[in-house]
This record gives sequence, C-alpha cells and structure tokens, in this order.
Amino acid sequence: MQQRLARGEAAALAELYDRFASLVHTLAYRVLEDDTGADRVTREVFGYVWENPDAYDPQQGSLRAWIAMLTQRQAVHRLRASQTATACEDTLTSEALEERIREASVAARADYIVTSMPAPLRAALELAYFDRRDYRQAAAALGVTEDEARRRLRLGLQLLSTAHVQPPRAVSPPGYGRAL
Amino acid sequence: MTGRGGPDPYDDAYGESSGGTGDGRDGPGRGSDADLPSHPAGPPRIPPPRSAAEDSGHWPGALDGGIPAPRPPTAHEARADEAWADETPADETPAERAPKPGPEPDTASNPEPTAGSEPEATPTPKPTPKPHPGHEREPALGPEPEPTPRPAPEANPESEPESEPHPEPEPRPAPEPPVPAKLPAAAPAPPAPPLAAPTPSAAHPLSHDLLRSLLGAWALTACSQEETSAVEAHLNHCPSCAEEALRLRDAVGLLHTEHSLDLDPMLRSRVLAGCLGRRPARIPMPGWASAYDAEAARLDALLRDMGEAEWRAPVRLKWFDGRRLTGRDTTVAGVIGHLMVVDGIVAASLGLPDPMGAAAPGSPQARTEAYWHHEPGAAYGAGPPGAVRELWREQGHALVRTVSFAGRGVAELDVPYGEFALPIRDAFLDRALECWVHAGDIAEAIDYPYEPPASAHLKAMIDLCARLLPGTLAERRRAGLASPPRRLVEAGTPGRTLHLQVEGTGGGDWYIPLDSPAAMAAPEEAVATIALDQEAFYLLASGHVPPQEAAAGLSGDTEAIRDVLFATASLSRL
Repeated sequence: MQQRLARGEAAALAELYDRFASLVHTLAYRVLEDDTGADRVTREVFGYVWENPDAYDPQQGSLRAWIAMLTQRQAVHRLRASQTATACEDTLTSEALEERIREASVAARADYIVTSMPAPLRAALELAYFDRRDYRQAAAALGVTEDEARRRLRLGLQLLSTAHVQPPRAVSPPGYGRAL
Repeated sequence: MTGRGGPDPYDDAYGESSGGTGDGRDGPGRGSDADLPSHPAGPPRIPPPRSAAEDSGHWPGALDGGIPAPRPPTAHEARADEAWADETPADETPAERAPKPGPEPDTASNPEPTAGSEPEATPTPKPTPKPHPGHEREPALGPEPEPTPRPAPEANPESEPESEPHPEPEPRPAPEPPVPAKLPAAAPAPPAPPLAAPTPSAAHPLSHDLLRSLLGAWALTACSQEETSAVEAHLNHCPSCAEEALRLRDAVGLLHTEHSLDLDPMLRSRVLAGCLGRRPARIPMPGWASAYDAEAARLDALLRDMGEAEWRAPVRLKWFDGRRLTGRDTTVAGVIGHLMVVDGIVAASLGLPDPMGAAAPGSPQARTEAYWHHEPGAAYGAGPPGAVRELWREQGHALVRTVSFAGRGVAELDVPYGEFALPIRDAFLDRALECWVHAGDIAEAIDYPYEPPASAHLKAMIDLCARLLPGTLAERRRAGLASPPRRLVEAGTPGRTLHLQVEGTGGGDWYIPLDSPAAMAAPEEAVATIALDQEAFYLLASGHVPPQEAAAGLSGDTEAIRDVLFATASLSRL
C-alpha cells in the first residue's frame, strides 16, 4: 500500500480511505465532539498520508496504528487550537481541557482496541453488548462452549480496560507490524 | 498545509515521532523488551489475530499483552499478584494483574519490577515516590529503573493530563473509587485477609474459578439472574474479583453506541479530491470508473456495521423480465455474492481471476444461480456472515486498480454479458448502477436510509440507460413485445424521437430514437415526452415498479411512450 501511494496511484488512495476513514473519523470525533471538525481532521490526515507516504515506517508498527496516531495528534492539535482561538467565552478551563483530552485519549484508545481486537473477542462483545444476548446465547451464536464465551467476554473487557492504563503515546507501536 | 519543515501544524502534531527515538515515548525497547521476560505473566492467551494485515499491528501494546509489560508492576499490582499467586493459572492473561485495590494498606507492596513473580515477597508498602511531578508521565512509572531521559518540553498532550489528576503520590488510579456502591463490602470488611491467598478459593474451592470466569458476562449483564446473584455475593468477600468486576464494568462504559460510524458519503469524494489537489495522482482513476468506485464504497459503508442477523436478513430482488415484474428471494449476503459473481465477468475480461472459475456461465443470471446453488450458505445465510463482503470488495478494488493502470485503451474493451456485451467503460457504469440498486434493496430490507448517488454519477448512469434504450427497444420489437417501426429510417438520419426528461440533480434531457437504434435522435422529431424525477426513473429502470405505473408525466404518442417505458423497465435484470 505504501508503495502504491508513493507511486501516486489514485486507486490506492481510494482504498486507503475505504479502509481507514471510519477509524480516522471516529477517533477524531472522540476528541473534537464535532462532525465538522472530525471531517476536517479526516481530510488533513489523509492529505498528510497521501502527500507523505514515506513518513510511515513499517518497522514501527502497522499502517493502521500509524494512522490512528496521526489522527489522535491532529485532533488534539485542532482541539487545542480551537480552544485558543475562542479565548474568551465558551472556553474550557485548562484543567477541563486537559481532562477532556485525557478522556478523549482513553476513549480513542478504547475505540482502537475494539477495532483491532481479535475478531472472536469482538464478536462476543458485540453480541453481548449491542445485541443484548446473554453469554449462553452468544456461545450458541458463535458456535463455542459457554466456557469459551465467558472467557471471550472477560478477556475482551480486560483488553478494553487497558485503555485506562496508559496514554497512547507513552509507548510506541510494537515493532513487528507489517505493512498493509 | 505547507509541508514539512515550516511552522505547519503538522510539525508539532506529527514531526516528533521521527526524531524522538531517544524519548521515552518512542522507543519500543525502552522498557518493554527488558521487562517482558521478567514479567510474571506468561504469554497472553489471545486467539490468533485476524488475517487482515492492518490488524496485525496494535495500538501501543494494547493487544499483545504489552500493556502491563512495558511498565513494572506498581505497589498495588505487586500486592495483587501475591494475593493471586498460587491460584492464578500459568496461562492467565497479563490483564489479570492490573491494579487491584488492596483492602488493607499494610498487606504488602513491592517496588521491584520483577518481584511480582515471587509470591512470598512482602516488603513494606512504599508509595511510588514522585519527586518531579512535572516530568512524571504517570505515577506508575515511578519505580522504573530507567528514568525518562527527556522532559519533553513541548506538549505530550495525551499524557500531560495524566499527572494532573494524581498530584499526590497515591498510586491507586484516581477514577476508581475504593468502595464502589455496588460492591459494598469489598474493601472495608473482607472476611478473609487477602494475603492469605488461598482463602477465597479455599472457601469456595469449586466455584471461585467459575465465578471469576463469569465476571465479563456479569459486567455486560449477560448472565442469568442466579449467576448474577452468585457473582455479586462472591464479590462481597473476594477483593480481587471485586476489583476486576469494577474494572470490567468501567470497560463496558467504553463500549459506545453513540456516533455510529455513518460517515457522510460525500466526505469520501471531498477527501479524495482534497488529496489529489495537494498532490496530483500520477496514475489517475479513469473518469468512467469513478461512479463504480464511489457506489461500491457507499454500499460497503452500509455493510460495515451489520451484525450477523442483518447479513441473514431476507432480501427480495426484483426486476422486470420483459413481460412482468418478477423477483427472487435471497439474503443480504446473497445479494453481495450476486454482485461479486457478476463483477467477476468484468474481472475475467480484464484478465483478473474469475471468482466462478474458468468454466463459469456467461450471463449474470446463470452465474448468480450457479453461485447460490453451490454456495447455499451465501444465498440463505448459513455461511460465515459477511465473509463475502471481503471478496466482493477486494475484487472491486482490483477492478478499479486494473483499469487505472491499463490506461485509455481499455475503455472500449468488450465485456461479454452472455446475450449482450458492453464496452468496459459502460460495464463499470452498469456495475455502479447495480451497486446502487442492490444497496437500495438491502437498505430497504434492514430498514435503513440510503441516499441516491452523487449527481455526476447518477447522470452518467441515466445516460447509460438512455443509450441502451434503442437497442432494447429493437430487441423487444423482434420478440413481438413492442410495436413495429412506423417508418424505415436510413442509418444516421433523423427519425421519430422520444424526449426523456429526468428531473433532479442528476437529471437531464435525453432523446431516444424510436424506429431504429441506427437512426439519429432529433429533438425536432420528438413525437412524445416522458418526464419523471430521478427517483421515479430509478424505480422504473430497476424494475421495481410496473412500467405502466411509473410516476411520469406523459405527453404525445402513447404507443411510443408505452414502448419506451417497457423497454426502460426491461433494462433491469437479476
């Protein structure tokens, strides 16, 4: 994908958007809580990737993780800029701003964990949370034992709970990611 | 954007990752590599990751068990590890060992990063020292032997706030109340001292593991009433489970339904156009392929968040078979399979692999029936839901990519559809129209709104229909389904004409030669007019309404009008 982008393939850009637009927009929305702002960050992030395909280093992790990181940074940048711009009324106190960024970081991280989670775990969580099935129904729907359904729900939530543990930038992406 | 190097917002937003290898935030080897072997937890028990390449990478440490790993256990974690040491199975996940609120502050604490693996170690509690709160990223990093080398004067926006809620050296995560209302007895009065690790499980030797395994389901309120009661009773005297229960309940709060992932479909074209404005494509996409590219992306977005049940939702595909409306029942998955195998005709003619193999039938209907016959799971929803989406989408991307590379010459390449053929540029428009029509069918089946295509794309699709009408009219005439020509027209000369007027942003005026496909249409020769809005045209041309009931304003020669309405409906097919 990186090579195709570097070659200037419009079709690769379209594919890139199809794969990651939802991730980018959702993460940006988490920070900005504003559709227009999230649209703008989406344009900026894809514009940056398209203009600088070589900025991505596959050694540092997956393309997905890189794009998520770009999005998070740019969204926080936009949030800070908008807060500075509207200096007087309607401005958050700096504590409130930092708290919001912190919460958005946790939420963005949670979003990312959910979207990147192994599919069996996510499927179990979706059945239990979005479809409101109990774990026995989830086990039946997934074709696994009840033990396994309980395990998946617990493990999925454990993974999700790590969103609280560290700010996203405290560690860099693991080094074994593959390019798209 | 001014690119890299200037006072561009991207500089502070993006620039630091490249140069920041010495910064503690960047190096994967900072602590994780060194700590991983010594961490008490074994490799995480996580099912194999999905095959999609982008899922192989993780948000920093999120999924590979790396969350606890890069950070030595805090005093709380060490304490918790002790409490669990002799009943935690060897293959337990590291997440088990996240902070647990010790009910008794004097139980134990271990500042050594590696000592969590030594169950009997019981040093005195030692809150994480925090001499430089301004530089501290997170209290838990306190005992780390390798201090963060660089204070990072320019914001580390995500982590900065981390230090603010915890100005005091209390290592317990602030948002976690020590005594949750739901778990009243967890902290204040544990019946068994948690340091006597075997006690909780000894008191309930058979049920503890089971109860603990239920915590995820409990947090999601996905277990039975009896189980819920049993879990909650257990939480009253098992601090470790109580802590985990609380943590998992918190995690449920992170599963959001709001802001579902419905992107504005028009955002795609704006984003892509913006990118191409900043850096023109060296290998552009042919203009005639853009409608397919956009419509496939729109349909894909509709499919994105569909659950299993929706993939199996019944869908009735409708079309006009030349004489009457007909239909075929399938599922959402079956519709996507249908799109995939018909797209396969285009793929094969471009030299791409045909999803049906080399001996595939030629006509769209025969291919679809063969596919549904051989893949009943796809047609009736017994197979893995949504798997066909990947196949369809990958093939679609390959189609667009291939014609982008092939250049101008490929536009006129014939695509054989069995009884007829289309030049590839029209085949792409036809596939775009099919995407839209079937997206509409799916949206209706799952009761979801779906908008018409972008104006330019809609206009191109209507134009394709208008160009196909004379040939269809002639076919119907040969089959005795349309009235014979009124007069013989020499090829290329003006003949009787019907004025097709489509209203709407994608609409326009088209002139259809009535007597022969070879005749020239001429506005001054118009003998009849059909005026309808684009939605009505869509319903007519997709065979979703009987042609005689199309909501159209009609004037002029009634026979010509009838013939054209029926021919338009006949453009539809399975």
